[in-house]
Amino acid sequence: MSSPEQWTHPEPDAAPAATAAKPTAEQVIAGLRATDEGGADLVQLLTPEGERVQHPDFDIDITPEELRGLYRDMVLIRRVDREANALQRKGQLGIWVPLLGQEAAQIGAGRAMRQTDMAFPSYREHGIAWTRGINPTELLGIFRGTDQGTWDPVEKRFHPYTIVIGNQVLNAAGYAMGQKFDGKVGDDEGEATMCFFGDGATSQGDVHEGFVWAAVYDAPLVFFCQNNQWAISEPTERQSRLPLYQRARGYGFPGIRVDGNDVLATLAVTKWALDECRHGNGPILIEAFTYRMDAHTTSDDPTRYRLSDELEMWKLKDPIERVKVYLVRQQWADHEFFEGVEADADKLGEELREFCTNMPDPPAERIFSNVYAEGSPALDAQRDEFLDYVSGFAGGEH
Amino acid sequence: MAAPTMDRSTAAAPASPVQTLTISKALNMGLRAAMEADPKVIMMGEDIGKLGGVFRITDGLQKDFGEQRVLDTPLAESGIIGTAVGLAIRGYRPVCEIQFDGFIFPGFDQIVSQVAKLHYRTQGKIKLPIVIRVPFGGGIGAVEHHSESPESYFAHTAGLKVVSCSNPADAYWMIQQAIDSDDPVLFFEPKRRYYEKGEVDTTAQPGKLFESRVLRQGTDATLVAYGPMVRTSLDAANAAAEDGTSLEVIDLRTLSPLDLAPVYDSVRRTGRLIVVSEAPSESSISSEIAAKVQQECFYSLQAPVLRVTGFDTPYPPSKLEEEFLPDLDRVLHAVDRSLAW
Repeated sequence: MSSPEQWTHPEPDAAPAATAAKPTAEQVIAGLRATDEGGADLVQLLTPEGERVQHPDFDIDITPEELRGLYRDMVLIRRVDREANALQRKGQLGIWVPLLGQEAAQIGAGRAMRQTDMAFPSYREHGIAWTRGINPTELLGIFRGTDQGTWDPVEKRFHPYTIVIGNQVLNAAGYAMGQKFDGKVGDDEGEATMCFFGDGATSQGDVHEGFVWAAVYDAPLVFFCQNNQWAISEPTERQSRLPLYQRARGYGFPGIRVDGNDVLATLAVTKWALDECRHGNGPILIEAFTYRMDAHTTSDDPTRYRLSDELEMWKLKDPIERVKVYLVRQQWADHEFFEGVEADADKLGEELREFCTNMPDPPAERIFSNVYAEGSPALDAQRDEFLDYVSGFAGGEH
Repeated sequence: MAAPTMDRSTAAAPASPVQTLTISKALNMGLRAAMEADPKVIMMGEDIGKLGGVFRITDGLQKDFGEQRVLDTPLAESGIIGTAVGLAIRGYRPVCEIQFDGFIFPGFDQIVSQVAKLHYRTQGKIKLPIVIRVPFGGGIGAVEHHSESPESYFAHTAGLKVVSCSNPADAYWMIQQAIDSDDPVLFFEPKRRYYEKGEVDTTAQPGKLFESRVLRQGTDATLVAYGPMVRTSLDAANAAAEDGTSLEVIDLRTLSPLDLAPVYDSVRRTGRLIVVSEAPSESSISSEIAAKVQQECFYSLQAPVLRVTGFDTPYPPSKLEEEFLPDLDRVLHAVDRSLAW
């Protein structure tokens, strides 16, 4: 793992590629294709074919009911994602940030958290939001332009979406330091924090500083990096020579690469990491190796920078299908269950459409509200002058 | 504010509550009082613990309050500000020291993108009572990046409050009031005045934080300044008085929000305004004051608002800073121009 020769780009396979979809290292670096190879260190408990496999370090006892719950979570959040994507296409949202393909990474990580743990998302964490009890309708306003996130971050233990890449990692490090200073770390009742960011963010100074700070203060912080292979148009190879999880070693804490399309492995690894943190053994980096199956946002056009057969390759690793196969094979779920989940998804989709199309625009006063905790007479005057101006138009409309 | 109690200030037990202190010592005592008043107040910065800060403003605090309340942080300004955000969300009241003015820019992203906006983004669900202390301004013969006046960047940013103290009494009280504010406050300290002395009454009821103050009354023209230029302006007013010119001097104290009511009152009487600041004049605090005064006092003005500032250049090599920085003569020259208009 640590020999210097592995710190260089991998050599292209000497043997012919197994499929036409397999990229060479040159193609990956040229930005044409992402890899689908997680490598020998990838933690996996459920293969893409739905086979349960063992791992020497990580395992999980999962009941049929729990696995059905994870399946349901993933199906529902995928439906939320697809509905919101469609709502953008219909003009109901200004933009949407799809999570398609990352359901297992997010549901696995989110369901590993306790209520007392804290999460700091970037802006694609719809699945984490789901596990924190945020109604998906609360995500819509951010992308419709009616608000900037309406949930209570303290009550939900879910920070607002952070759009500046990497900022939240430092905020999370500070919060985790606070948990430690408060004496909430050291046993099984301890608290932990998890922050979410992508492969692109790992190039940001704030992420580096977050690693440094969390390490020197022994902060109970799980860095959860979803490596979805693409930072808009740039492949992970444009961010790093080294597999991302190996960076942790340089900061003095463990780094684990987990199959981010395997909800069981993600849940097992993240639970372990959070427990380590709450006992005082943080921080820990998890790289969830996954794939962004859709565009970066609805404004993006992936056909300009990646080949469609890459997507076909990753479809074979779909995070939901493998769980379905396993549930059926184990006879842990029947036709009625799957029908029920589909019906729930349909209902949720309908609720989202209904909610979104009826969202009112915020009043003009909202421009001026809550800029300062202690208020501002100057802004009050600016608001009053503007509202007075607006009311001068016929019928008070503007 | 929750003013420090009589009990606490008498515990330190000077015979008289009125002491002669440097700005530096007054800040130190103010920080100490804030830490005693609220266990959630913590200090964060580079070299602020064992060393007591490169200017010794936090001298002795780590020894008395421990390493968990006075943090010698890794050397990264974005890290200082970014983790302060998380600590504030957790319920702490972080006081960050930026070692020198020119080193604040690695933290600029966190200040502008998160510190300034989280309250607005969450519509009040997150409050960030963070103080960012910045020793600022020139006149100390330093190398590049150690003499800058970056306050306008922050005054331009909604969601931040920006203040600057000019004397020991304000240093002692304003730092406590800034820590007590539920809004993030940039606290600019006039580093070249750190060792100037003045009387501090630790039992007096302080004025409000976000208020300007008339320091010297006059009738012929008004000088407005803040931070290190207040001393310069008072000296200029003394010199002018010897020539029979009566200058009013106003210490702005708060740069965002601006409290210009005393300035308007003054200009309506004197008809003339000179704004004095070390910062370059382009798109600055001094521009803002000029714009607002012409709007509010248009018919009272006998001359255009004049500005005596640093030049619109990067801060020069220190052998040229005496030329770069406004001084008594440049202020008086501007007064003459205003009076002769």
